[in-house]
Amino acid sequence: MTTYRSLQEIRKDLTAGSITLTQLVESYLSNIDASSDLNIFLEVFGEEALERAKEIEAKWQAGTAGRLAGAVIAIKDNICYAGHRVGASSKILEGFESLFTSTALQRLIDEDAIVIGRVNCDEFAMGGSNENSAYGNVKNPLDPEFVPGGSSGGSAAAVAADCCLISLGSDTGGSIRQPASFCGIVGAKPTYGRISRHGLIAFASSFDQIGPFAHSAEDAGLAMEIMSGQDHMDTTSSSVDVTPLSEAKLPKKLKIGFVKECLDSEAINSEVRDRHSALIEQLKSEGHEVEAVSLKELDYLVPTYYVLTTAEASSNLSRYDGIHYGHRSPEATDIESTYRKSRTEGFGPEVKRRIMLGTFVLNAGYYDAYYAKAQKVRRVIKEKTDAFFEKYDLLLSPTTPHTAFKFGAKSDDPIQMYLEDIFTVHANLSGNPAVSVPLFKHSNGLPFGTQIMAPVFKEAEMMQVAHNLMNTVALKG
Amino acid sequence: MNVDDKLIDRLSNLSKLEFGTEEKERIKSDLVKMLDFVAALQEVDTDGVEPLIYVNPEVNVYRADEVTESLDQKEALKNAPDHDSFYFKVPKVVSGGE
Repeated sequence: MTTYRSLQEIRKDLTAGSITLTQLVESYLSNIDASSDLNIFLEVFGEEALERAKEIEAKWQAGTAGRLAGAVIAIKDNICYAGHRVGASSKILEGFESLFTSTALQRLIDEDAIVIGRVNCDEFAMGGSNENSAYGNVKNPLDPEFVPGGSSGGSAAAVAADCCLISLGSDTGGSIRQPASFCGIVGAKPTYGRISRHGLIAFASSFDQIGPFAHSAEDAGLAMEIMSGQDHMDTTSSSVDVTPLSEAKLPKKLKIGFVKECLDSEAINSEVRDRHSALIEQLKSEGHEVEAVSLKELDYLVPTYYVLTTAEASSNLSRYDGIHYGHRSPEATDIESTYRKSRTEGFGPEVKRRIMLGTFVLNAGYYDAYYAKAQKVRRVIKEKTDAFFEKYDLLLSPTTPHTAFKFGAKSDDPIQMYLEDIFTVHANLSGNPAVSVPLFKHSNGLPFGTQIMAPVFKEAEMMQVAHNLMNTVALKG
Repeated sequence: MNVDDKLIDRLSNLSKLEFGTEEKERIKSDLVKMLDFVAALQEVDTDGVEPLIYVNPEVNVYRADEVTESLDQKEALKNAPDHDSFYFKVPKVVSGGE
């Protein structure tokens, strides 16, 4: 099969009759099979996907197929799909089967997307390298000695290894954008509240958002547009109208701010810095206004993020008690030991670490100094970000300070791993949309992305800029 | 911040988690690192700043309080670790007594 890079190409070939949906699904299934050593898929819905292909083929012939007919998708193992297993890559949910379908996924299915399987991730979406899954590491398809990033590592790898056209991940602090950068694809997080969280297994509810991975900005944008919009099952979903991609309004000359502290950061690789400096010059030469903005709170972003997300996680994960669903320890003899032993056996080390920190910051006596303090810092950051966007159309930074690292390189010290999120957590703290755009290839052979952050609810414009950038700078050199 | 066994025991009790001797040392040293890391927040001036709790400015979004079919009994019991035809089963809750 041709390696498809966009839905448009697939739909052109379907129209021309040079491929059928069944052949398309079969070829993805054979790619999944050929890449099984990368440990991307936890479960493949092969037969079901082939049946769906037949159904949609009939609709295609009748001219009634949806906007995503031709799109074969994979879903992160924290997105519910009725009648299918879902487990957040945790032992505590082993064997659990969804009773309903998440709103975001249902909207894609309603437009005739075909779901080909569920993919590996860090346990409960906690991690930056996909080394925290109870089902083993996912390897980076570009070089299996390197991590694919996390927590949506399987979702990024599935697209990068051509096991599907589009995949869904979730982004709490960079869990879509960082693996997109490491795997050389597009990964986008919408505005907080843009896409319903109904049916997304909760990690930190005031941060979590579902978002897409794809090779093209157009496909990611389309999937995001279709998933967007109010849902009465999620009270935090926004009632703001969804702007279709085709109606994105961009000024000819953009006002772009780049975060000075990101490029000045000690953590950043010199080549990542240089290529971004060159990008800034290029944008200026194209007539855009590009200015340095200062975010002197940069070093406080990750600590704020960890206080708030661990607090929310410790509360969200208290539901795993071994009573109604999930793992129950065979050692449980009474109610207390049911809780303790089931949770102790079911959760992995990183999840336990975060529950402990979250419990600490919410504890009477420490609450004001840590949790309430972090909530105040979050407001400072949000107000500052809102002020940026009164002046600028976009904020630009690298997605990650460096390219993908090797397995084990950061597993000894949780803080080193947490600092992976240094450029990405900003958008989750302030609620803004952000996308990682695969523009560059490092001399070490691995890709890295540029992050574009946009004003709230400006996803269409953001994806249009991503698309334009990919056409003008993609992978030069 | 003094992270000692007493604090770890208190947090693990609240979290309903257990740690063996070796794991306890590990979690203790991790917690020390994490608390050092987040201690930096104290440097940010937040005088007069209200905590940010809701990211989305829309408040009190309710849906109509209508009775609808959600889960039937069979579905509700489907993922239970132990159940009979009608109920979730749990280990003995009340002990002792005559």
